Amino acid sequence: MSEELLNLTLHVWRQDGPEGSGRFETYQAKDITTHMSFLEMLDVVNEELIEKGGSPIAFDHDCREGICGTCGMVINGVAHGPQKLTTTCQLHMRQFNDGDEIWLEPWRASGFPVIKDLVVDRTALDRIIQAGGYISIRTGSAPEANELPVAKGTADKAMDAAECIGCGACVAACPNASASLFTAAKISHLSLLPQGQPERQDRARKMVAQMDAEGFGGCTNHGECEAVCPKGVSLAWIARMNRELVRAMVKADTPIERRDR
Amino acid sequence: MQLRSNEPTGPIGKRWEKHKEANKLVAPANRRRYTVIVVGSGLAGGAAAASLGEMGYNVKCFCYQDSPRRAHSIAAQGGINAAKNYQNDGDSVYRLFYDTVKGGDFRSRESNVYRLAELSVQIIDQAVSQGVPFAREYGGLLANRSFGGAQVSRTFYARGQTGQQLLLGAYQALCRQIEEGTVEMFPRTEMLDLIIHDGRARGIVTRCLQTGKVSPHIADMVILCTGGYGNVFYLSTNAKGCNCTAAWRAHRHGAAFANPCYTQIHPTCIPQAGTYQSKLTLMSESLRNDGRVWVPRKKEDVTKRPEDIPEADRYYYLEERYPAFGNLVPRDVASRNALYVTNEGLGVGPEVDGERRGVYLDFGDAINRLGEQTIRERYGNLFEMYERITGDSPYKTPMRIYPATHYTMGGLWVDYNLQTTIPGLFAGGEANFSDHGANRLGASALMQGLADGYFVLPFTVGNYLGDVRELPSIAEDHPDVRQAVAAVEERVQKLMNAPDPKHAPEYFHRKLGRIIWTKCGMSRNKEGLQEALREIPKLRDQFWREVKITGAGAELNQTLERAGRVADFFELGELMCLDALQREESCGGHFREEHEEKGEALRDDEHFSYVAAWEWTGKPGEPRLNKEPLTFEYVKPTKRSYK
Repeated sequence: MSEELLNLTLHVWRQDGPEGSGRFETYQAKDITTHMSFLEMLDVVNEELIEKGGSPIAFDHDCREGICGTCGMVINGVAHGPQKLTTTCQLHMRQFNDGDEIWLEPWRASGFPVIKDLVVDRTALDRIIQAGGYISIRTGSAPEANELPVAKGTADKAMDAAECIGCGACVAACPNASASLFTAAKISHLSLLPQGQPERQDRARKMVAQMDAEGFGGCTNHGECEAVCPKGVSLAWIARMNRELVRAMVKADTPIERRDR
Repeated sequence: MQLRSNEPTGPIGKRWEKHKEANKLVAPANRRRYTVIVVGSGLAGGAAAASLGEMGYNVKCFCYQDSPRRAHSIAAQGGINAAKNYQNDGDSVYRLFYDTVKGGDFRSRESNVYRLAELSVQIIDQAVSQGVPFAREYGGLLANRSFGGAQVSRTFYARGQTGQQLLLGAYQALCRQIEEGTVEMFPRTEMLDLIIHDGRARGIVTRCLQTGKVSPHIADMVILCTGGYGNVFYLSTNAKGCNCTAAWRAHRHGAAFANPCYTQIHPTCIPQAGTYQSKLTLMSESLRNDGRVWVPRKKEDVTKRPEDIPEADRYYYLEERYPAFGNLVPRDVASRNALYVTNEGLGVGPEVDGERRGVYLDFGDAINRLGEQTIRERYGNLFEMYERITGDSPYKTPMRIYPATHYTMGGLWVDYNLQTTIPGLFAGGEANFSDHGANRLGASALMQGLADGYFVLPFTVGNYLGDVRELPSIAEDHPDVRQAVAAVEERVQKLMNAPDPKHAPEYFHRKLGRIIWTKCGMSRNKEGLQEALREIPKLRDQFWREVKITGAGAELNQTLERAGRVADFFELGELMCLDALQREESCGGHFREEHEEKGEALRDDEHFSYVAAWEWTGKPGEPRLNKEPLTFEYVKPTKRSYK
């Protein structure tokens, strides 16, 4: 494994709080090894900032192995940065060259208010799930697991949709700031499975209504969401969501309820 | 301190049933009058909060993450065990119980383990009904695999993301209750203290991580499902935010902390690449099925490219030392041997702090024998992950691996009801010590978290509340509450205003981790532990003198969050070393060099067949040891041997 040292210029979005207006500030990241992860590079910059008495750059992260969905920032205009199928935490510095200038911004969407610097509030995604992204099954009342066979192909497709980690990159990449890919993935996962049938129509209507109520835009088929999704969740699920919604409207016997944020 | 396990007696297969029959109940209409706090939203906490909400309790659930879906349960790759015997290969509840007691090296409570095995079956039913997309066979029924050396196929899995899918199942159940209004969720909120009133846990003090606001939350009882303490080592496979603060605050209020020295080291992680390294990544253990572990025989070869080292100069140390099991020796044996060969100066990879800590895991032979395509099918996603992190392709050059801390078996002492030594304070999941003894088997962590959350706590909470009936109401201006809030505020101020601020919290955390890893890690001895016990208090004093936190307390301040957690790791780390020092035997994840025979761990059942439950006495480093004796009525202790 060869190792190189990089010197980089970072332009980072700094914003003190939800109310304040932000600005870009410039930092030098010196002697960064190519084996560092992107977030480790920021750790090094931050530790130096703290020791000099400055305020470190706030960013969200947790598992640092690409599965929890906590991290995420727009790196040179691309959500999660230049490497395909990779979360920010799994991006490594060998993807960059000595002398590069790197622009860092938070997810930008009206559904994701900035909390501080690169940290945004994604609780809107939780509220979309709360609106109906579940199967109502009381603990202890489940039937024997093998009583209901599920064809392997169906189970595999449901798993494809279930891979979404809820990071919000799809929203950040979409010109309409739409949360369609996120919402569609959950609607598809549950509507594919036999267990998800009883609430199928209701779920699709409620989740889409909540998505709209949160201020996310609609899907106009740009496909930017799929391009940045670290788990490769397919755009085709959005088509499926739309079919589910039409199906729900045809079969609807209760009005769509919208919840206030 | 009295340690009463409160386990039922009689035939082991009937104990949980008997216990439930004797349980006190709370009537459905009365449940909403009780407020239950659940701290943590992983498999144990999320499942408990959702289930208690469904039952009608008024639940408040807290997590430090921005969403309850992100708890570190999400990272478990391998799978979840359940004694379904779908494969008709002779599995049963009793066999899972037997394997778990034996795997735990005879340091767990038989009644608890049997219950866990019993409940494993219901967990799968529950998860499937929630829509967890487990792997299936072509006939549409659930698929299983054999995992971690088990002799039966009892592991259920959802690609390499079983933890994530199970957590999403619990999270979705939790979301349903949030929508129903039975659970109030507090994300980005960290518990910093426990409120005790009249000898009972009655609430918590939290800091909102978004605004810095410190607030009390009063309840009828508190459940901690706050995970393990693996980050005491600084580098571990845990998420960066995982911490011991909630458990440690409870310990300081009188909750005994059990077996802190039982930590599990996983042999196949990607080695540290530099001093800046922030965490370690686990590679599935299944890699050892086809990879051969080796280091150069000669020290002068350690910097050579592995391809340039001839076969005769490669030291396949596991195959040579353990001919029967070879590369498939258990986790702890594989880990210790990697330590020994690197101690001899044969480690490979980059030098970090003057040492090369890595060994090769070579797929060259397997690729020659089976073809690259077969290897790609088996391990393609793992090889990709490895290449993303290291920049090297395991198809072309051997992987480098090294052990890392993965799981902590120790935790808050709990009785059969999962109640700690503080009445009204319960602990579930990795946060308690209960089911894994000195060593946890693969695919058992998810099982335990969900058993506690879905099926044990919902019963035992009712038993506790049904027993206490009505607790005196306390308001936020009660002196006990005000005092707890004041203590938290004072601690924040103390951290923010160290007398001689110099270094960020990571500076100290890395140093602490290094002490614990080298002296209380894979292989421990008296001298090293005593040294650690001299070094830790010194470093802790330096931390409180020199920790530097910029920004303010009343805002999002991630440096402050980390500093508070590091401060608690110092005290816990010291307790770990004390525990490791008193346990003059080798068992499970605890290996004392003085107690071995030709490299094999020597357990001492005559003197150490007990749970060490440490009691806080007011000062770090001066805890009191209480012992809960362990008796084995069903699984008689035997010696492990892999020669």
